[in-house]
Amino acid sequence: MIIKRFLISFLVFLAVWLLLTSSLQASSILVGVVVSLIIALLFGIKAEVFGEIKLSLKAIINLIAYTFVFIWELIKSNIDVALRVLNPSLPINPGIVKVKTRLKSKTGRMVLANSITLTPGTLSIDIKDEFLYVHWIDVKDCDLQCATEEIVKKFEKYLEVIYG
Amino acid sequence: MEALKYIGAIISLFGSIFLFLGALGLIRMPDVYNRIQAGTKASTLGTILTLLGIGLIMPSWGGKLFILIMFVIITNPVSSHVLSRAAHHIGVNMYKNTVTDLLEKDENNTNSKPEKQ
Repeated sequence: MIIKRFLISFLVFLAVWLLLTSSLQASSILVGVVVSLIIALLFGIKAEVFGEIKLSLKAIINLIAYTFVFIWELIKSNIDVALRVLNPSLPINPGIVKVKTRLKSKTGRMVLANSITLTPGTLSIDIKDEFLYVHWIDVKDCDLQCATEEIVKKFEKYLEVIYG
Repeated sequence: MEALKYIGAIISLFGSIFLFLGALGLIRMPDVYNRIQAGTKASTLGTILTLLGIGLIMPSWGGKLFILIMFVIITNPVSSHVLSRAAHHIGVNMYKNTVTDLLEKDENNTNSKPEKQ
């Protein structure tokens, strides 16, 4: 577990360094490797965020699929908000609903809550154990089951494989 | 090279249109939660598109712009979540046509139980 955290945090820090300097000179890469090695040894091994992702082929395929689903939902949500704002009658029907998640890991839940915030008409407000409280701009008349189906399912099936 | 510049400028323009709509949403929406909804979504895609447009005009900045985009995607929903949670905690009034508030209901349930025992 510690080795996984160390490796992933090291790679993330190195990638950030390479993107920031955007040069492939040997000296600059060497400095980056040394600095990210030190930071990963000091802090990376304690950061749970880096350790909870699963490293299998299936998880990586799901991660790529999730990225595309996420971008598509983000574009859809922006068009949705734009149409609501521009509509003279302001068609909103807001409320706070409760949804249930099957995800166990903390990082998975964090990513799920962030994704919910960036999808059409939903904003995650609070989380208690396995229940997320979501502000929904256009509440449909339904219960916990049906709200979960509408809001959470499309991300959960990918995140379940990535984080478990 | 010239064509890339024009495409970048057009994408940046779209980004600023989304940012403008987000600002309009802040004015038009009736309560704090709906305002946060409009503000978060529009500002996220607006910023991403603007940065992408700059990336097409200045390809050598690509890496830095990519990092900026990642940070915007990670931090924007977190800040809006914290704002809305704080607003709910101190009991900011909701829009008069609000349909349900299950969080309020659950909090009242858990708060009232220990007092009865």
